[in-house]
Amino acid sequence: MASANPDLEKLAKQDYKYGFVTEIEEDRVAPGLTEDVVRLISAKKNEPEWLLEYRLKAYRRFREMLEDENGHPEWAKVSYPEIDYDEIVYYSAPKQEKKLESLDDLDPELRETYDKLGISLLEQKRLNGIAVDAVFDSVSVATTFKGELEKHGIIFCSFSEAVENHPDLVKKYLGSVVPYSDNFFACLNAAVFSDGSFAYIPKGVRCPMELSTYFRINAAGTGQFERTLLVADEDSYVSYLEGCTAPQRDENQLHAAVVELVALDRAEIKYSTVQNWYPGDENGVGGIYNFVTKRGACRGYKSKISWTQVETGSAITWKYPSCLLIGDESVGEFYSVAMTNKRQQADTGTKMIHIGKNTSSTIISKGISAGHGDQSYRGLVRMGPKAQGARNYSQCDSLLMGDQCGAHTFPYLEASNPTATVEHEATTSKISDDQLFFCRQRGISEEDAISMIVNGFCKEVLRELPMEFAVEAQNLLSVSLEGAVG
Amino acid sequence: MSEAPLVSIKNLHANAGETPILKGIDLELRAGEVHAIMGPNGSGKSTLSNVLVGKPGYEVTGGEVTFQGEDLTDMDPEIRARAGVFLAFQYPVEIPGVANNYFLRTAVNAVREHRGEEELDAIDFLTLLKEKMKLVEMPEDMMSRAINEGFSGGEKKRNEILQMLLLEPSFCILDETDSGLDIDALRIVANGVNQMRSPDRTMLVITHYQRLLDYIVPDHVHVLSGGRIVKSGDKSLALELEEKGYGWIDGVEEEGASS
Repeated sequence: MASANPDLEKLAKQDYKYGFVTEIEEDRVAPGLTEDVVRLISAKKNEPEWLLEYRLKAYRRFREMLEDENGHPEWAKVSYPEIDYDEIVYYSAPKQEKKLESLDDLDPELRETYDKLGISLLEQKRLNGIAVDAVFDSVSVATTFKGELEKHGIIFCSFSEAVENHPDLVKKYLGSVVPYSDNFFACLNAAVFSDGSFAYIPKGVRCPMELSTYFRINAAGTGQFERTLLVADEDSYVSYLEGCTAPQRDENQLHAAVVELVALDRAEIKYSTVQNWYPGDENGVGGIYNFVTKRGACRGYKSKISWTQVETGSAITWKYPSCLLIGDESVGEFYSVAMTNKRQQADTGTKMIHIGKNTSSTIISKGISAGHGDQSYRGLVRMGPKAQGARNYSQCDSLLMGDQCGAHTFPYLEASNPTATVEHEATTSKISDDQLFFCRQRGISEEDAISMIVNGFCKEVLRELPMEFAVEAQNLLSVSLEGAVG
Repeated sequence: MSEAPLVSIKNLHANAGETPILKGIDLELRAGEVHAIMGPNGSGKSTLSNVLVGKPGYEVTGGEVTFQGEDLTDMDPEIRARAGVFLAFQYPVEIPGVANNYFLRTAVNAVREHRGEEELDAIDFLTLLKEKMKLVEMPEDMMSRAINEGFSGGEKKRNEILQMLLLEPSFCILDETDSGLDIDALRIVANGVNQMRSPDRTMLVITHYQRLLDYIVPDHVHVLSGGRIVKSGDKSLALELEEKGYGWIDGVEEEGASS
């Protein structure tokens, strides 16, 4: 039977809502990556010698990887023209005359940008109990609720401030979860990262509000290389949210971030991401290359790290938020919704590395592919020789819309302990014409029906998100999917 | 004399895909009436119901259908539904992950909005839902389950009737609602349908067997064959068909293939 959905064609042309550009004076270095650029970035940020050394080591390793034909990750199922790393601007910051004394000193243009994005940086107009660190191009421009958090001994600030004010903590944990030599993009990040967020939750403290970082790429031809480091000391808890948008541009922009999480004894970190970088247009022009390394170390006994991600944006996503389950009885979780529409490509998944005894992990991955989107779930579950009684449950479901898209599953399993148990389930389904017609015959419009079915498909992941984020994610999925069937 | 029919079908021709199926149907359904459509397999019964609700893949090639005086064939399926055209499907689909109660509330509110009524909030809806569920003897736990997922044949059909009870359409089409039902389920379903009989509503009951019409007693019975109505009568016609089959009626094309 014909599956004619002409109405959806026009809905497919839905605009990217965050595609505006802010006119703002920038402080940027010339394009290209040399040792001098690395030194310049470090100098601009008044960094201590040890950090410069760290960057330079990373820079030299990166050069080696660039020369080495196996240095660049070729295994991911994504394709894009070779990136010229000498054309990228590695540092761009909104020009600010002096250090901010308070949020009132913030450039009004910048504040307006965040208002447009729905992120209020003014504490009196705050979202209910969410502290925000806003990162604009390469630098953190504002962190809200600092005072309130300080009362609890919580440190939440830009990475640069952390380097300045808490160098010991940064030195102790930086690169301890993702070594600079870990992979090509992590190495690049270690050399040129410009800013990002840092949080430390002291022993026994339950962070009273959600911590949030909002990333915005603005300047053209700029890479964004931010670094996030989160440390939850013994018996502490923190929920962290990350949001991302970028203007609509014809060229591709590189985003290569590194996120490191450390959870000590009985600590719990919940890390949620709603990624909505510009995905490019229907012909695949423009969009962000999102090549990100995210990893958490459950170092402590009974510690827990939970990743939840809703990935709707980016031209290409390459991302595997992972857990190192070192502490006995530690828990790792990965809940993911990845959406590819138009010409988007995503190769995403997780790694659960079971090292300690009785460690457990859960992987719930929901992939939605529409238009000419192509995506792969790639996940590794490794049961180490000492991981007595370790358990993993993985569920990977794919939903296809139309017949031009693709979905693939690459589960890797390495078990070196006979007492470990691993379960894996995978399904692939389609939204059928009959399902859509059934909804329409009950008075529900086609777009609402698609959105309802997709949200139903993603339910197990969406319910892991904090409330405000869950609503945003649902809306985002609806917008990204309109016009996806036909 | 009598007022204008609620549904008027005139010389309706329609294709399923490229194949002409309906070849000139004339029917007038007045408010308060129940019409049964019977006929052998492949006679066009399901095509008729699909055309009336605007299912993609079916094309009207001639004639007209008006509902409450308006041309139905130009309306999108969801607009027809909101205006009060309801089809109880022969094979209700499963939609994994979407809870029945959430789906039903969305549908009810879409219809209410169309009628200019206020949306029902979760509490008011639940009250209404519980009341209607009793009529079709549905256990409450079925409402939090995904739409039709893992439902038995009888449960799916009861769910269809529940939707009809909630949406209160004025033109109800029941497509082979009796298929796959045991006698208890049939009684429950028929009971739900009979609750809906009212002077402002018309029903088109499509069935292969007379059995259903013992429970839902029609005012008029029509025999469809080869895409045309070849005979009309009152409820006694159904009994006659049960006894003698279709062969004795002039114009019935005998064929063995199932639709």
